[in-house]
Amino acid sequence: MATLKVPITSTDHFQGPESADVTMAEYGDYECPHCGRAHPIVKSVQKYFGERLRFVFRNFPLGEMHPHAEAAAETAEFAGAHGKFWEMHDLLFENQDRLGGQLFLGLAQELELSAIALRQALEGGEFKSRVRGDFTGGVRSGVNGTPTFFINGRRHDGSFDFESLVLAIEEAISATKSTAKA
Amino acid sequence: MPHQRRGKGQKEEKNAMTIVKTVPDSPAGSHSKSGNDAHALGAELLAAGAVAPNFNLNVTPDQTLSLSDLRGRPVILAFYPSDWSPVCGDQMALYNEVLPEFHRFGAELLGVSVDGVWCHRAFAEARHLHFPLLADFEPKGLVARQYGAYRAKEGVSERALFVIDKNGIISWSYCSPIAVNPGAEGILQALEDLSK
Repeated sequence: MATLKVPITSTDHFQGPESADVTMAEYGDYECPHCGRAHPIVKSVQKYFGERLRFVFRNFPLGEMHPHAEAAAETAEFAGAHGKFWEMHDLLFENQDRLGGQLFLGLAQELELSAIALRQALEGGEFKSRVRGDFTGGVRSGVNGTPTFFINGRRHDGSFDFESLVLAIEEAISATKSTAKA
Repeated sequence: MPHQRRGKGQKEEKNAMTIVKTVPDSPAGSHSKSGNDAHALGAELLAAGAVAPNFNLNVTPDQTLSLSDLRGRPVILAFYPSDWSPVCGDQMALYNEVLPEFHRFGAELLGVSVDGVWCHRAFAEARHLHFPLLADFEPKGLVARQYGAYRAKEGVSERALFVIDKNGIISWSYCSPIAVNPGAEGILQALEDLSK
């Protein structure tokens, strides 16, 4: 059973309370069509569980296959450094079919971030090591492709449709509760 | 490094690190070891401690590569059933991205399948692969058989991984269910263990 080798810390991007019953982490690629499909499903799963779920996103860009994936990940990290990771994350997935330099700069402006600063960050590779760190941690945890989900640190090998994710999360919640009782 | 068998100029040389494969998709049949013809022939997957059989396979239409050419550094041999099949594609695409980590250990990655050189070339170009794909094409699957990683029934190699140390001894091997991408974690762990 593959498990998350890099623990989730405060430096991760997360939504939902730290005290949530369950944490689901996704390793994803903004240019990966499967991740694009998973995006609204994850949103529905988050809505379904509310405060009981904490969601974490880590970068796993397959840059050779997806030429804009690395820059998209760095753009999200740039926004994250200015407190707008999730806004950018959503916009990138929502505009997946138009990824590219022009879109990234436009999205920065839309979020009232400096397009000039973003361009400098991308050119200077300011967030490259952070993205690579996510990637290598993912490889060591058994991420073989995207999206890969971990539920309470265990890799979810089932499909990522709404029902499968909900079921897996519910199982993780009941496992945690029964352990707590014991 | 691949040695030039007969020089065909810079263009071929440039493509030395690009590979393509052409093996038919593996049938989604039994994944069990017991159903494997390699086993019927008594060929077990070579395990840690065994000497890695040397080979000389085409890496481009004009160049061949021998395992012994790489003596002195770790080698990762990744046998896979065929170019173009979805799982292989994902596995090779993943290794392509993980290459910098493999290189950190000074290791060379070689992909091997029974596909021919032209198929390998098309596959490597389509996927922008930056590591060599070797054609275990004629006699078909000979190297895979020597490593105990051949599925005679389907005529393709297993999805088998070997990490070979700088002296040519296998230090780790793993055979994945054929439809499952084994990822890179086992390889990285084996390389880390080697460097200790």
